[in-house]
Amino acid sequence: MNLSDYYAITPLVFLVCWAIFLLLVDLWIPAGRKGITALLSAAGLLIALVLVLRSGEQVLTAFEGSVVVDGFSVFLSVLFLVSALAGIALAHDYLQRLGLERGEYYPLLLISTSGMMLMTYAYDLIEVFLALELLSIPLYILAGFSRLNLESEEASLKYFLLGAFSSGFVLYGVGLVFAATGYTDFPGIAKAAQNGSLNPTLFLIGAGLVLTGFGFKSALVPFHMWSPDVYQGAPSPVTAFMSVGAKAAGFAALLRVFVVVFPGMSVNLTPLLWALAALTMFVGNIVALVQSNIKRLLAYSSIAHSGYLLMAFVPYGNASVRSDAIAGMLFYLAAYCLTTFGAWAVVIALEKAEGKGLELEDYAGLGHRYPFLAATMTIFLLSFTGVPLTLGFWGKFYLFSTAVEGGFWQLALIGLLTSLISAYYYLRVVVIMYMRPGTPQVQRNFWPLLTSGVGALAVVILGIAPGVLLNLAVSALLKGL
Amino acid sequence: MIFLEKNIADPLLNLAPLVILFPLLGLAINLLLGRRLGEKGAGVVASLASGSSFVISLLLTLSLQAHPQAFTLPLFQWISIGSLSVSWDMRVDTLSTTMMLVVSGVGTLIHVYAIGYMYNDVHHQGDVGRYRRFFVFFNLFIAAMMLLVSANNYLVLFVGWEGVGLCSYLLIGFWFEKGKDGIGNARAAQKAFVVNRIGDFGLLIALFMMFWWFGSLEFERVFNAARSLAPAQQGVLLAMTLFMLMGVAGKSAQLPLYVWLPDAMAGPTPVSALIHAATMVTAGVYLIARSQPLFALAPAAQGVICWVGALTALLAATIAVGQMDIKKVLAYSTISQLGFMVAAVGMGAITAGMFHLITHAFFKALLFLAAGSVIMGMEGANTVAHHHAGNPEEEIDPQDMRNMGGLQKRMPLTYGVYLVGALALAGIAPLAGFFSKDEILVSLWDYSLPIFLLLLLTSFLTAFYMGRQVLMVFAGKARSQAAQQASESPKVITIPLLILAVLSLLGGLINLPGVATLEKWLEHTVAMPEAGHFSPAIALSSTLLALLGLALAWVLYGYRSLAKLQQSDPLANYLGVIFHAVQNQWWIDSLYQRVFVIPYRYISHEVLAQWFDQETIDTMAHDLGRWNQWFARVLSYLQNGFVRTYGLVVLLGVVVMLAFLATR
Repeated sequence: MNLSDYYAITPLVFLVCWAIFLLLVDLWIPAGRKGITALLSAAGLLIALVLVLRSGEQVLTAFEGSVVVDGFSVFLSVLFLVSALAGIALAHDYLQRLGLERGEYYPLLLISTSGMMLMTYAYDLIEVFLALELLSIPLYILAGFSRLNLESEEASLKYFLLGAFSSGFVLYGVGLVFAATGYTDFPGIAKAAQNGSLNPTLFLIGAGLVLTGFGFKSALVPFHMWSPDVYQGAPSPVTAFMSVGAKAAGFAALLRVFVVVFPGMSVNLTPLLWALAALTMFVGNIVALVQSNIKRLLAYSSIAHSGYLLMAFVPYGNASVRSDAIAGMLFYLAAYCLTTFGAWAVVIALEKAEGKGLELEDYAGLGHRYPFLAATMTIFLLSFTGVPLTLGFWGKFYLFSTAVEGGFWQLALIGLLTSLISAYYYLRVVVIMYMRPGTPQVQRNFWPLLTSGVGALAVVILGIAPGVLLNLAVSALLKGL
Repeated sequence: MIFLEKNIADPLLNLAPLVILFPLLGLAINLLLGRRLGEKGAGVVASLASGSSFVISLLLTLSLQAHPQAFTLPLFQWISIGSLSVSWDMRVDTLSTTMMLVVSGVGTLIHVYAIGYMYNDVHHQGDVGRYRRFFVFFNLFIAAMMLLVSANNYLVLFVGWEGVGLCSYLLIGFWFEKGKDGIGNARAAQKAFVVNRIGDFGLLIALFMMFWWFGSLEFERVFNAARSLAPAQQGVLLAMTLFMLMGVAGKSAQLPLYVWLPDAMAGPTPVSALIHAATMVTAGVYLIARSQPLFALAPAAQGVICWVGALTALLAATIAVGQMDIKKVLAYSTISQLGFMVAAVGMGAITAGMFHLITHAFFKALLFLAAGSVIMGMEGANTVAHHHAGNPEEEIDPQDMRNMGGLQKRMPLTYGVYLVGALALAGIAPLAGFFSKDEILVSLWDYSLPIFLLLLLTSFLTAFYMGRQVLMVFAGKARSQAAQQASESPKVITIPLLILAVLSLLGGLINLPGVATLEKWLEHTVAMPEAGHFSPAIALSSTLLALLGLALAWVLYGYRSLAKLQQSDPLANYLGVIFHAVQNQWWIDSLYQRVFVIPYRYISHEVLAQWFDQETIDTMAHDLGRWNQWFARVLSYLQNGFVRTYGLVVLLGVVVMLAFLATR
């Protein structure tokens, strides 16, 4: 262990230090002026962003190979940092409005972000588990941030209980893998798997248990049941951050671990992934049909999107499709990030205290009263649906085409049919916004409006020229993994 | 033979794109600035645009006289997919410049006329704002037609072909909210468009076949490929040419697709003149002339075309005999004359066909515009009578010839030019129509006797119905108050009429027997068999027949002038049922209505829209939706809010997964 090891994880170290520093500084910032903390944490995130991008083309290895910083980690780290920035942009006015203005929000967000980043650096199962906990625990607290609100408390508790439950599975899975191979670091396990010097049953069961934990974070059916309740109960900015960050982190872990450690197990794991993907797309989209609360609707929609993502990963054992699949997933995560934050910004603009303003009926008349918000929301919903000329279309296009390339056309067909179903509940919101009379009440704060405006612009522009983003995703893969 | 030599020709030929650009420029000016230009301004701009196009066409013609070889001006590469490569070239040769001259020349005169006519029309119809729109459409029409005749390949030609179709739709339905039941004009426009589309469908198939068999759509390449293919694949060429004939029948109003043209009278009179004389309907004739090398390789198709033309000519002429609407008579006469042209170009007598196309453009434009002048006179008087005398009589139809009579004295100039046009159409020497019709008859004499006789009979009928029309409109006593008070039209209307009258008088000069200027001119472009020589016997017999027709008309309609309004047609007394039949266009329209339109509507509305879409498909979709929602409710029972349930589901999931993995 020497100084160059720390060089590799500078952004991470910086972020954690900055978060601790903010916790202290916040004590001297008077209530009602917590905007300063928000700005400071945003500045920290920007600095971390610069530090992440500093490494350029090189692949850094540190701590005896247990940390690897490559294109994949950089791409996802940027995604997490941008998500955290959006999480701050959405939060400040919201917290003030709902009387929740307390400074801890921002450091907690930063720490969770550093956990997510660590997840992308991790090259050792123990470290993966560490990252999982580092990103989760602040999220448990953030979900209950609205302390006097019972629903928020309930969400926090449910998330924590079920999260702990699933962490147990992961840890047990790590243990079994270690028992089967004698290693916890990726190269070691991979080598053991190649040599065949392992206990295959234990190894497989370990992999299955690890998959369970990641599936929990990414809200894959049947490990999804926490997400509608938590998404609904948690404060909306937290939900937005969680639905992008935690999901992306779950997928990051899944990609890294499965591609590096379990490629040889694909014969046995692929049917499982197939079933999970099909089930997730199906349940997510079907149950979303009957939701009348926008937060629950978006929760189920987010489950469905996990299904699409997993679908592209099903043929991961097929080396010729693998890089396409990962590039497609990275692309999709970026598209999902932009679209989700935009949509949540609109939700936040309409949300009022005590969980009011969240029913679909509250969106009636938005198209006439607030054409900008309604238009951006329409763009996001169309992108979620996957209508051409939006980013979401290309995302789905790449995912579906890798699934077909990998020979899983039945799965692609399920994806296609379920996204057909999704058009119903997405477009229903559009119909309500434009075709029902109503007088929606909207808080027009600068940062949420900016978030939704930038999101809409990005969704449309990148939807017309998706090549830029795809090139980024593809070049991220060329450096490593 | 045809030569394609580039870059040695007159630099003047590089001006060719201007023939299309000028009308487009006029269109753009009117579209963008028309509101500021005011009413007269819009008309003047449009006429100038068309006139400039004519000047350019004239320059092109002059420079071609020095180098009469075909000249191709490449503009840009348009489509390049796989083996298909279509470039946007302009072709300047003797055939295309001839068409350009006719289109822009006659078109310009109609533009000028429309300045006056449309001024009255928009005021009469009560929507002054449409004056500008009219000229925008008019210029677009000229531009599309120019595109059509200057194309160097079939695809660009097709663009122009569709363009004129669109323009005819826009202009026939110009007063789309007027007409029978407030929808009559819109229906007429729709009919024109749909019938034309049927023809276009045929032409498209012909184009597909060209691409498939010849790999190109460029004229020269297609012809060359056809020559080498012809001996082996006679059937292909026959099918291709017959599909092309379908397009021709649509655009040039031939059997069985002629039915749109009489309805096209719903458009304002200048539109009728433009469609019938200068543009649109001549496109089909031009297409055959242009594709002559193809048709020459398929003699069977030539025979079919010839018969189609001849039968159309005769059928339309018989119908024209029984019409009461001044424009309807002219419409059927156009169809009939187009039959002459198609028969001529069909058998390969390109010069005769083109010659008749040109002279017909002169006198049919003249007749339509003069008829417009008559209608304007009637309309004006009608409105005046209406306003001043309280309500002396019901407003009459200003186009019904039964309401006219005696206009000779009220509108002497219109009468004079109308007479010239009618005599030219009837084929009385030495007017333009005589020479061109005679040349067609001479060519046919050598080709096929039955067709010759059919067209000879048609000539007789032509003279008869034109005599009938002139007598009903201008001779005798006025049969309505409007006819009594009609007044001559202003100069902006009569000057184009006079010019066209002169052209109708002297148009025969361009291809006098023996001199054959036009023939020598076109020979540079189109290879054709030697045309029939002038035959005094045929000329004499056709002239005598025409005179006989006129005399018969005079006996029936002039000798004892029609006195009363709505008096039954004297011819009806002699012909009885047959007259009734021709008056109703041999019931062909109703036949089409019964056989095609009503069953089609039934299938589309009752079967497809009602039963299939609204009942079957919609029910399926609704059931699917209901089923999904039910399923969603069932699934959301699991989401009961208890952590223990959630934990149990997770556990069960894990157990199933592990069980699966453990048994592998």
